[in-house]
Amino acid sequence: MIFGAIVAGGVGNRMNLSGLPKQFLPLGESKKPIIIHTLEKFLMCDKFDYIYLGVHKDWTQYAEELIEKYGLKNEKIVITPGGADRNSTIFNIISAIEKRGEVRDGDIIVTHDAVRPFLTLRMINENIEAAKNCGACDTVIPAVDTIVESKDGKLITAVPNRKYLYQGQTPQSFDIKKLKKLYLDLSEEEKSQMTDACGVFVARNEPVELVMGDTFNIKITTVSDYKIAEAILGGMPE
Amino acid sequence: MINYVYQLVRPGIISIKYEDVHLEDEVIVKPTYMAICHADQRYYFGKRDFNKMSSKLPMALIHECVGEVVHDPTGTYPTGQKVVMIPNIPPKEPNDTIYENYAKGSGFRSSGYDGFMREFVNLPVDRVVPYKSTKDSHMAITEFVSVAVHAVKRFTEMAHNIRNSIGIWGDGSLAYALACIIKNAFPKIKLSVIGKDAYKLSQFTFADNTFFAGELPKDFNVDHAFECAGGEGSYYAIDDIIRYINPQGSVMLLGVSENKVGINTRDILEKGLTFVGCSRSGRVDFENAVKHMEDETFAKRINRIIYEDSPVNTIDDIHRVFRSDLNTPFKTVFKWNL
Repeated sequence: MIFGAIVAGGVGNRMNLSGLPKQFLPLGESKKPIIIHTLEKFLMCDKFDYIYLGVHKDWTQYAEELIEKYGLKNEKIVITPGGADRNSTIFNIISAIEKRGEVRDGDIIVTHDAVRPFLTLRMINENIEAAKNCGACDTVIPAVDTIVESKDGKLITAVPNRKYLYQGQTPQSFDIKKLKKLYLDLSEEEKSQMTDACGVFVARNEPVELVMGDTFNIKITTVSDYKIAEAILGGMPE
Repeated sequence: MINYVYQLVRPGIISIKYEDVHLEDEVIVKPTYMAICHADQRYYFGKRDFNKMSSKLPMALIHECVGEVVHDPTGTYPTGQKVVMIPNIPPKEPNDTIYENYAKGSGFRSSGYDGFMREFVNLPVDRVVPYKSTKDSHMAITEFVSVAVHAVKRFTEMAHNIRNSIGIWGDGSLAYALACIIKNAFPKIKLSVIGKDAYKLSQFTFADNTFFAGELPKDFNVDHAFECAGGEGSYYAIDDIIRYINPQGSVMLLGVSENKVGINTRDILEKGLTFVGCSRSGRVDFENAVKHMEDETFAKRINRIIYEDSPVNTIDDIHRVFRSDLNTPFKTVFKWNL
């Protein structure tokens, strides 16, 4: 089976635009919440058996009402409480999947940030194929800027060759059983340092395939991002 | 939902427009295969009048396209239904006399409105026509075939009943599609094709005669004629038609010419000819075109003029298909993966 997992566990709002978590802010001409735009794109993919939304427990009812309001209520959509961070939200979703039935070999989860509404169906389809082929994949774009490394924040410790560098986006997709097995193998310290689920595979030398993202597949986390997103769609709020 | 629209902003330059698409009223179709039309080429390579170009761009190209329904709030089509998309935008007020493709207030996707080069296409439910064929690459040219279907319909309505012979002037894709339809619709009519290109003419194996323009026998004549030359060839084709057509014949004009064409009106008057302009098509023509496309004999014939290029996965690939279309004699189709 193939599961979508839209990660929206946070309640943080660095935008000071409203009391709403950023995934619920209105976007575009329709003023639909960002998470609804993202969910609609997932719904265009007929390969998903279920689409899980990992939402902070205080906002699950709100999310349910939004789905109803925008006419998307569908037996494929399951809302489940998120966790403290991205990875724990993903594992909460995996637990919810397991509760509904056994996870079998080859079952795939396509995880995606709710606040990246500019993803495309191509990215989703290529994620599914890559996760089937390789066990894991990450959506990326080639690094445009030179990336420098500094371990103390004062002096450069390395200037990695840009041609080998990419910027990570989402979706990230995994063979569920493989992801879980590798994650459980990590020490608590390793888990705490792991901000990215692909890192779980890399830490255990398991291959992660690259899927090409898009420069505009931006993550809307700040006021600037939000304004950029509105501008991309042809509007520009003050 | 946020949709990606691949627009031509200037000749040879494609940019993405991101638009907020509503899912509440319209059918959402994922395009699967597209075909390139001469009109797209004229925009892409900047071969249209500068002012005309400026008034229409930026705009997504392509009006020959098939896809699969991914969302239908009207409940008419199931998810996965294969459909041909109709680029014509009929006027709000229906008109029983004037066809939708000529009516005042009608529009056309890829001429003033975004065409089908998009991630998803949102259309009113009456702008899609379902089909069963599994050969999507072949079905991609259905819009093109529907134009020929429409021209034959108009011919049927307007031409007098002496219909022993028809001449098609032109040896390109439209002439070929038209010849296929005429042979299907009127198997007893003697069909002659007049062209310039030996390879192209050699594809018309089912026509009764093929001739090189300028080498028509002195006693050659036809009851009715279809002009599919277009461009600079329009003048010579129309002139030939007026010379060789029998009195009171109907001349169906399908070729597009950027420049005005001089016409021998004296002989038109003398022979009492009828000239009928034919352009684009409407829903009924699409439905009939789908029936033709799903007919085995017709399908085999029409396949001869289809060249399938490699899939389009990136914007660079869009540029590639427009360039490679210049080197293919007939229709270029390609899988759309964006």
